[in-house]
Amino acid sequence: MSRIAQTFNKSDNYKVLNVYCTAGYPELNSTIDVMRSLQQNGADLIELGMPYSDPLADGEIIQQSGGVALKNGMTISILFNQLKGFRKDIQVPVVLMGYMNPVLQYGFERFCKSAAEVGIDGLILPDLPPLEYQQEYGAIVKEYGLDFIFLITPETSEERIKLLDSLSSGFLYAVSSSSTTGHEKDFSLVEKYLSGLSGYGLKNPVLAGFGIRDKTSFDAAAKYTDGAIIGSAYIKALAGTKDALSIEKATKSFLQTIRQ
Amino acid sequence: MKQQIQVDENGYYGQFGGAYIPEMLYPNVAQLQKEYISIMEDADFQKEYKYLLKDYVGRPSPLYLAQRLSAQIGTEIYLKREDLNHTGAHKINNAIGQVLLAQRLGKKRIIAETGAGQHGVATATVCALKGLECIVYMGEIDIKRQAPNVARMKMLGAKVIPAKSGSKTLKDATNEAIRDWINNPTDTHYVIGSVVGPHPYPDMVARFQSIISEEIRWQLKEKTGSELPTHVIACVGGGSNAAGAFYYFLNEPSVELIAVEAAGLGIHSGHSAATTTLGTPGVLHGSKSIVMQTADGQVVEPHSISAGLDYPGIGPLHAHLFASGRGRFLSATDDQSLKAAFNLTRLEGIIPALESSHALSGLEQVEFPAGSRVVVCLSGRGDKDMDTYMKHMADFE
Repeated sequence: MSRIAQTFNKSDNYKVLNVYCTAGYPELNSTIDVMRSLQQNGADLIELGMPYSDPLADGEIIQQSGGVALKNGMTISILFNQLKGFRKDIQVPVVLMGYMNPVLQYGFERFCKSAAEVGIDGLILPDLPPLEYQQEYGAIVKEYGLDFIFLITPETSEERIKLLDSLSSGFLYAVSSSSTTGHEKDFSLVEKYLSGLSGYGLKNPVLAGFGIRDKTSFDAAAKYTDGAIIGSAYIKALAGTKDALSIEKATKSFLQTIRQ
Repeated sequence: MKQQIQVDENGYYGQFGGAYIPEMLYPNVAQLQKEYISIMEDADFQKEYKYLLKDYVGRPSPLYLAQRLSAQIGTEIYLKREDLNHTGAHKINNAIGQVLLAQRLGKKRIIAETGAGQHGVATATVCALKGLECIVYMGEIDIKRQAPNVARMKMLGAKVIPAKSGSKTLKDATNEAIRDWINNPTDTHYVIGSVVGPHPYPDMVARFQSIISEEIRWQLKEKTGSELPTHVIACVGGGSNAAGAFYYFLNEPSVELIAVEAAGLGIHSGHSAATTTLGTPGVLHGSKSIVMQTADGQVVEPHSISAGLDYPGIGPLHAHLFASGRGRFLSATDDQSLKAAFNLTRLEGIIPALESSHALSGLEQVEFPAGSRVVVCLSGRGDKDMDTYMKHMADFE
């Protein structure tokens, strides 16, 4: 059973907490410190963002963290170097999130190979559409044993949700409403959408994301799903940190509020 | 007319195109993909579009035989006068088309991105005409260097929102507009101003701009007895005026299609927007094309004296023309373009937009065989660029 599948296999009522962080933020070499402190403080899954100059699906906070990471000198090659041997310390599943262009320049197959070699579990590439995935890239992802996670939104039709579920493995990423990350949401509006997903007979567990920033919004989103993803709020919590100690302190106090 | 170089059902021209978009945009883009051709071909739509092009925009725009310029270059040169359109550029052709289309899709709110401001002005103009809310994203730097167009947009009732990220120019304005669309998926239509973006934008915008080459054909026939020029020259940022000027000549192999990109301070100066020379295949703003980027896939910030050409990519149609060899791609520096602008002004009494000056500069770079009939797309007028021209006037006295 894959690491991601094991994470969702804990118990029926367990809600998975997936936390997003940006590789190379706050410092070029803080990636592993951030991941280690996330694991130590209760994150079940880590979504590791690869910074990009033109991140269309991200809001201002994650975009800015990506900008800092790029100024710090982060690249995909450097990231894979940083990740060599990280499995000695970190057992939680890690999915890489990023945009197609940097991955294409690295080489799609080379990227999947490097990811699998260092121990990455899955990929989220929001601007890779299902058509191109099916025709060109899906076979490569599978060849290297990686999970691939598609996004769905409240506007995604039932037919398309089923298609995206069939192409995904690991989990399905349910965007809580159609928006970029980091926007405040009224969760009563998305309850119907999230609760309705259970009726579709999906093969994958569902994690809700976008706009989840505290215990209240986490619990509200996770009520109808297998868990939720926090991004911008954690990046905000990391602001001003520099070394492993301050990262650990900020992560602990942030995650305590979610897992209290 | 059947086009041989045509977009396929998934939005590809050869290896370039597609719709590389986050799922949040899928319903909007899928609705457009499904409906744009049937709406555009609908008789009522065509009637209103053609009426507005004729009586509101002032089409057909003249095809002017520039006699003194022809004498200087030593060949017959025609200028397609898109600068004489209402609002001063070719952008209005597409803005009218897309706003009429948005209305038929039931959208109430229009967003746009703009570089030089011509597309923003055109979109704001049509929104005023149709009573629609209009929000225009514009790079903070472009807001400063294109102040007259910012004032025009505001006077027309549009809200101009500065893009403060990245290079603070057209690329970043496009990012912000796409984000706005993601956050407002149901009531909003995004009027993209060039032949870039996810399918169907490159094809849709090319079709709205194809009126340029449709007119060139019959106007040239009237003047010369032949529909076909030997060369068509147009500037390329994203490439909408070039796509329109080339459209009905794409499968006329005798017509050489020449695109002029902005070389800025020099192609290899580090301050350039010459995408086909400096770029490599990549994905930007929703389609696979040729993109200026680092080896690590980060998009490079371009430079041009002309805000409308200050873009690190080209549309997928142009990428295909380049890769297949059907199009010839040249570049002009800031200085070469300024020289061409002052030259046209003094020879013909026409002040061109800085964008169009790049196309004019192409005339200096091509050896025209005897008997050539060259059409240059004069995509816009230079009023908006007067500050820049005044700064350089002494150099050309």
